[in-house]
Amino acid sequence: MTNHWIDLKNSDAIFIIGCNPAENHPISFKWIEKAMDDGGKLIVADPRYTRSASKADIYAQLRPGTDIAFLGGMINYALQNNMIHEEYVREYTNAAFIINEKFNFQDGLFCSFDDQEKSYDLKSWAYENDAAGNPKRDMSMKDPRCVYQLLKKHYSRYDADMVCSITGTKKEDFLKVAKTFCATGRADKAGTILYAMGITQSTHGTQNVRAVAMLQMLLGNIGIAGGGVNALRGESNVQGSTDYGLLFNSLPGYLKLPEFANTDFKAYIEKYTPKTKDAKSANWWGNTPKYITSLLKAWYGDNATPENDFCYNYLPKWSSNYSYSKIIERMGKGEVEGLVCMGMNPAMGGPDSNSARGALDKLKWLVTVDLWQTETSIFWKRPGVNPKDIHTEVFMLPAASSVEKEGSISNSGRWAQWRYKAVEPVGESKSDLWIINQFFKRVQALYTKDKGVFPEPITKLAWNYGDGHEPDVHLVAKEINGYFTKDTTIVDKDKTLEFKKGDQVPMFKYLQADGSTTSGCWIYCGSYTKEGNQMARRDASDPTGLGLFPKWSWCWPLNRRIIYNRASVTPDGAPFNPKRPVIAWDALEKKWKGDVPDGPWPPMKDAKEGKYPFIMLAEGHGRLYALDMKDGPFPEHYEPMESPARNQLSKVQNNPLVKIPANISSDLVKFPLIGTTYRMTEHWQTGGMTRSLPWLVELVPDMFVEISESLAKQKGIKKGDKVKVTTERGAIEAVALVTSRLKPFNVDGKSVEQVGMPWHFGYSGLAKGDSANLLTPTVGCANTNIPEFKAFLCNIEKGGTKA
Amino acid sequence: MGMSRRDFLRGGALAAAGVALTGRPGEASADAPQTRIKGLKSSTTICPYCAVGCGLLVHTKDGKIVNIEGDPQHPINHGSLCSKGSSLFQVAVNENRLQKVMYRAPGSDKFEEKSWDWAMDRIALRLKETRDKNFKAKEINKKDNKEYVVNRTEGMAFFGGAGLDNEECYLWSKFSRAMGVGMLEHQARL
Ligand code: SF4
Repeated sequence: MTNHWIDLKNSDAIFIIGCNPAENHPISFKWIEKAMDDGGKLIVADPRYTRSASKADIYAQLRPGTDIAFLGGMINYALQNNMIHEEYVREYTNAAFIINEKFNFQDGLFCSFDDQEKSYDLKSWAYENDAAGNPKRDMSMKDPRCVYQLLKKHYSRYDADMVCSITGTKKEDFLKVAKTFCATGRADKAGTILYAMGITQSTHGTQNVRAVAMLQMLLGNIGIAGGGVNALRGESNVQGSTDYGLLFNSLPGYLKLPEFANTDFKAYIEKYTPKTKDAKSANWWGNTPKYITSLLKAWYGDNATPENDFCYNYLPKWSSNYSYSKIIERMGKGEVEGLVCMGMNPAMGGPDSNSARGALDKLKWLVTVDLWQTETSIFWKRPGVNPKDIHTEVFMLPAASSVEKEGSISNSGRWAQWRYKAVEPVGESKSDLWIINQFFKRVQALYTKDKGVFPEPITKLAWNYGDGHEPDVHLVAKEINGYFTKDTTIVDKDKTLEFKKGDQVPMFKYLQADGSTTSGCWIYCGSYTKEGNQMARRDASDPTGLGLFPKWSWCWPLNRRIIYNRASVTPDGAPFNPKRPVIAWDALEKKWKGDVPDGPWPPMKDAKEGKYPFIMLAEGHGRLYALDMKDGPFPEHYEPMESPARNQLSKVQNNPLVKIPANISSDLVKFPLIGTTYRMTEHWQTGGMTRSLPWLVELVPDMFVEISESLAKQKGIKKGDKVKVTTERGAIEAVALVTSRLKPFNVDGKSVEQVGMPWHFGYSGLAKGDSANLLTPTVGCANTNIPEFKAFLCNIEKGGTKA
Repeated sequence: MGMSRRDFLRGGALAAAGVALTGRPGEASADAPQTRIKGLKSSTTICPYCAVGCGLLVHTKDGKIVNIEGDPQHPINHGSLCSKGSSLFQVAVNENRLQKVMYRAPGSDKFEEKSWDWAMDRIALRLKETRDKNFKAKEINKKDNKEYVVNRTEGMAFFGGAGLDNEECYLWSKFSRAMGVGMLEHQARL
């Protein structure tokens, strides 16, 4: 989230698309309802009439996978009706930037598409630069090649009739949504968009997110209180696990894991340190050398020196896509010998679970670390297989629960909150910290004793967390924050700061590229300082009244509660909305008041030191037009891979960057219905943490699927009947829930029915049931490879799989 | 129980007051007679389910958890919890929790109980064997036919992290990359 949970109360309009917080983030509704009490409007667009929809002022039904059509329609509506926040758009986004003349868009494709490689040449979309090397701009936004005009042209095709024919939304509902939400384009109004997997789990998921962000930029809704682009994250610490780089191409703090072509440290830095010639651009990633050097110092300590590139070569370099589904694919081919799962359940968490389970059969060894027996830890005795045929050695390790250990987790609003150990772990279970420490210590001992291939990255790793039974979690947290490796003097404007070797670094501004500082994750620098553990703070004061709670826990970056907050003020530094000022420039004291500003510099207009607000981009301006999306600078509607409809906007049916895998079928005779998966309050993810709890099992004991009354009638299905749902991948059995909350869609003049299903069930635990992921396709987003769980084709029949 | 709703609420509020400033385990409202939490230790925690990050209070007696409830001081949830958060007690106190290290030999139809030492030594051996066997120091790139240093361990994947604490995620990342593991992924990709 750019903002945070409590900030929802500051909204004039809350637009929920692709999430269902009343069901999946229930306590968020405390703040949504507060906003509504104060006159805010709640808008929900969703395929189903959800718990969130039942609370909404406006509900719009939306066919799964058609979010870009809907959001594109809203962008068009805002532009056509002059509802945008013009000053914000002109000054803070790249609307005025001129694009090179090669750029064009025709028949559903952007220029430079390579049909063989299924890729674009991103360079063909570049800005046009002036003689000094800065992008040209037309501040009147009238030049036909400026982003604003290109955007207007692109989305002029998304008129309300076209949109509704694609999405299946009633036109009057769509127009109500557009009118109400676009009304927040005024400087004194705030609108927030909340989304989750309904947006991301799509073959064009990243472009869905971009469409959300673009609408918010056009309405001037980023950086302000009650605004923002707010991803509601599903697991308690999935924000933290992402922050710490647990993805194949990531290092902690959103640094990049090197690629094979980054042959040495210099090349790496060259590649990942963006440059700008514009003095007004803060270009924050220009600090990459400081952050990567501090990371390597945290990992390799005194062994990391300027002479040896700070041990850069000890890092693995990736050369092909290792995203989750690709790993499962390799595993299925027998290319993976061993797998360690820390609280993850691939036997049912990913798409096409039959294939995933088959892939596990090919492992030589498997380690699972969990509180429970999971579908993955007992995959070798799952229904339908003979354990004798499965030659995998399995270690099932018992993990401690969250109240049996100490440490921090980061919520969706980026608040890192400390948890205490209340009791000892049950039985012989151990914290994950202990387990990881044992993995490392024992492997290191083996490499020290027996040598082996390239042992240095392991034998030379700095691993100094005390001599206790388990690593001292405070020492780990302090290393994440970072410390000075030698006595250091830093001159910061008019101040001279002296630090002693071993002092905690107070904030990331002071991290260095010469090895004199460490920081295991630069965005958390400031979380554990000389003043102590900031994440454990519990001072519930709220001086601004906006709900920032600056002394409750700690939030990255730098305890800034609303990011991009330099965009909440005019170029002079005065809040756009004086009633809800996030920050304001005090010209007398020459400093910002309110939230921690996005950088210390004076307002943008200041001739000498002013900076643009979007500090993470080299050009300093929010990107209405993207430069680095693989599948286009503007989000364009394409149908989901399996779809009941043709693409009405162009001849290009699916995202042209995504290759169509073998087990996709758009045979509408066999699979005439839309299938979609989702979560519910009473269960969680693959069910490990809920399907073994009697209280929750009592609330929802069975796997069920939801269908409309009309589909039930057509198929002769009654509430409570056993049904069988099939797709090209497999079949499941479930209990039918016939409900008026689901309705067919009117798509391109045809009526299309949907089948909705939770995906929490599996063959382990107290409450068992078939996994919805047996049905879902292994095809993912062009940019992230996140699977398209939300929109596929299926059929439903009365009677279970055994019938 | 002979306790009015008012006492019940007051008990909760006082218990919260006991930990309000630090959140560290401490004596819960020793001077709140007639309340169900008298003599209990109390500490704060954060819900392990979704990422709203609601606060809870954990009450213990003689090293055992006797109650878990919403933290009324927490600015996000003010003591409220959804059905999952309210069930945290059953995560902590649950006979289905794994209590022992279990091992399943290749082709076997059952788990056997093992010691941590036995299992950890064997896992370390597997990690090393697989790494040594599949380590790729260099590789020829298909596109330009040039050789590149990649220092990467193939044949081994590490999954997970969204359920771990930040400090655990950090060490997991550090350990994985030191092992040369490229196939490191977690729930954020799903
Ligand atoms: S109590 Fe419910 S809403 Fe709050 S963090 Fe837990 S799961 Fe999320």
